[in-house]
Amino acid sequence: MEARSLPAALALVAGGGGVGLSPEKRAALGLSLPLLQRDYRFERVWFWGCVQGVRGAYYIAEGLRPDRAAPRIRLYSLNCLDWSLLTPATKEMVAQAEQLKGRFQGDPSFEYNFAEINPQAAEKLFESGKEPVIKEESRLIATIEQIDRAVGIVPRGAFVKTPLGPVHENRHFEGLSLVEAKKLSSYFHFTEPVNLKNKTLLEKANLDPSTDFLDSLEHDIPQGSWSVQLEKGGAVVVLRSLLWLGLTFYHVPMTKQYGYIYFGTGEKNMDLPFML
Amino acid sequence: ERGHGPYQPHEPGYGLDQPEYSPYDDQIPDPKARMLAIQNAKAYLLKTSTTSGLNLYDHLANVLTKILDEQPTNTVDIIENISKDVKWARFQKKMDTLRDEYEILPTFEAAEKCKALFIKETGEEGVIEEEIGQSPLPNVMETAFYFEQAGIGLSKDESYYIFLALKNLTSVQPIQTCRFWGKILGLEMNYIIAEVQLREGEEEEEAGEEVPEEEGKGMDEVEELEREEKEKDEPPKSTYKPPPDIPKEANGTGANKYVYFVCNEPGKPWVKLPPVTPAQIVCARKIKKFFTGRLDAPVVSFPPFPGNEANYLRAQIARISAGTHVSPTGFYQFPEEEDEEEGGDTYEENPEFEPPSVAEMVDSLSTWAHHVKSILKQGRCVWINPQKLEGKNEDEEEEEEEEEEEMDEQQEETGPPLLTLLSEDEGIKGIPAWTAQHSTDLIPQHSVAIIQSNRWPGAYAFASGRKFDNIYFGWGHKYSPENYTPVLPPPVQEEYPSGPAITEAKDPTLEEELAFKAAQEALAADEEEEEEEQEEDD
Repeated sequence: MEARSLPAALALVAGGGGVGLSPEKRAALGLSLPLLQRDYRFERVWFWGCVQGVRGAYYIAEGLRPDRAAPRIRLYSLNCLDWSLLTPATKEMVAQAEQLKGRFQGDPSFEYNFAEINPQAAEKLFESGKEPVIKEESRLIATIEQIDRAVGIVPRGAFVKTPLGPVHENRHFEGLSLVEAKKLSSYFHFTEPVNLKNKTLLEKANLDPSTDFLDSLEHDIPQGSWSVQLEKGGAVVVLRSLLWLGLTFYHVPMTKQYGYIYFGTGEKNMDLPFML
Repeated sequence: ERGHGPYQPHEPGYGLDQPEYSPYDDQIPDPKARMLAIQNAKAYLLKTSTTSGLNLYDHLANVLTKILDEQPTNTVDIIENISKDVKWARFQKKMDTLRDEYEILPTFEAAEKCKALFIKETGEEGVIEEEIGQSPLPNVMETAFYFEQAGIGLSKDESYYIFLALKNLTSVQPIQTCRFWGKILGLEMNYIIAEVQLREGEEEEEAGEEVPEEEGKGMDEVEELEREEKEKDEPPKSTYKPPPDIPKEANGTGANKYVYFVCNEPGKPWVKLPPVTPAQIVCARKIKKFFTGRLDAPVVSFPPFPGNEANYLRAQIARISAGTHVSPTGFYQFPEEEDEEEGGDTYEENPEFEPPSVAEMVDSLSTWAHHVKSILKQGRCVWINPQKLEGKNEDEEEEEEEEEEEMDEQQEETGPPLLTLLSEDEGIKGIPAWTAQHSTDLIPQHSVAIIQSNRWPGAYAFASGRKFDNIYFGWGHKYSPENYTPVLPPPVQEEYPSGPAITEAKDPTLEEELAFKAAQEALAADEEEEEEEQEEDD
């Protein structure tokens, strides 16, 4: 979520999950995020969330360039003050990290030994000349990428695509109405669209190419993997992902306030089909 | 044609046929007259029409404004349409008698309900003053402050609403002790849960539930007899007797030590959860389902859960309490008279408790202890022998001896006793069961010790000096590193034991039958010979 609106937003998100930021961390973030913006020359800084490890937690921030749809630059910190850059995720990293299970340890240099987990993969790696270990940092990168790609969402109309390609925030976005806010189709995944091309021509004709250039949440598999709740009788609409437990999205209808944040253990909820 | 006024100077009426103004005059006409002409023209334009109430001046002004605003292409070609559109728009507005109904958003209703929480009771002020010292109401804001130091908790507003809602609860129900247990998230709505001990003598509701059951049993017996008399051609009834239900623990002991009240949001009425039965706990261990937020929702699962969502919620609350409610070691102690062999269920505060420093509480887990009894595999805290239950059953159609032989002897189940230290909790796959940390590293004098459970993600406890508390915020499920595998259905039941009497044998072939017949005849022949010989002897 937007770094500047962090305090107000945290109050709205705290309704679920319970985990949040202590006053000390909040104060630290209020200082270090603007400094990040200055040092890396970001246009915007988003506080992405926190991944809980067994012995410590990782705090993640994202920086955005003028084209909001470009890959975001991610940084992590263990104490909300000193930030380290994370390299962009590669497909190999994601594939390897998917095989790891269990909690994060809390130490970025911790190494997972493939030999214990998956001997076949370990052998493959041996042959290709690499060591069959994966560092926790890579696992972190891959996990954040997965979470963002799978469940990072924005309301419809918040971003607009210019004819030349770059994506900007829509200055005329006044917020969703209460009726629209309850529907899953008013929210989009903020990543490369996958299902957009599969729509029928009739559906495509109704789309507005400037605002409807992303996948909506309607066709997420499995159905029901989002929990939509109106808190305080409709003053805030909160979406929680059931696939990645801990991701919370909030939006105050008829205003420009929205954002998502992740507070969790960084594990995918593979039991989702049984739990619904 | 005629009727529109003098536009061109040669037309009569323009004023040039007056003396002084001839079209052949080269002099500029008198400015005053010109002004007069302009005013006449404007007055003419401003004349309101008798049929529609519009006047040309305003209409032209609107049309030109619209054109300048929108700047369409080829305006001159569509000017008539634009003029019509402007007139049409005006027309609609005047005739529109519909008004937007002021939307009563659900926001406002919810705000009303929450406001009701803030109403102070004016009737019993005198009584309230006396009871303040013994109020069962916990100081929710104080607990929230300590948890906030660790980043755990709800927003301050919501904590305050919960505070007021608990106050309502204590004024309505006869409550001895009360505690904010935590919040469990659901798909449509969430649950706010209060852990409560009712004052003694408030348990009449339970008796009401048992009476209808006994009547039901009586009815069944009568019906069975009737049926037996009427139809004796019925196929034999199965001799399967399900194992007896393990009775739930009495209110006030074991898993039912506390009574739980839930509500969806502060401001909504509190609902009491029914006590938990061992069968429900055993089943809850095998399933993993999200809560929907409605207490009467069915829980569709395998093995089928005996109850609806209210029972499932209660079972999960019992498991979480048993697994994660902790206190600093030594805060509670066994009273000296209790016989420890019975597995003392009661504990009392230790008046001589000296709180260890926060650093000690974080470094070693042996400074924390469970103060809720753990639940055995049976689903109860105190083991009960199911075989003894058999003897109490009144429907004894079978002989007792047979059953006792068939049932395996069940081992008495034991669990860790009350007040076990946390350091003896098993971890899961290398992850310790609890993670302890300071709330702040920068200011150690005022830091609070926080532990969070890794087996039940969402369970937290804090300790600072003599103050401590437990809380739960989460979805209500246990952590398991492996994926959930549903229980397989039981193997198909055998209909009857196989033995030589009923095993099919191959039909004898023709040769075997002939051989058998020959053998029989030979035997018969032998016997006849013997008889003949005997007769002859006689």
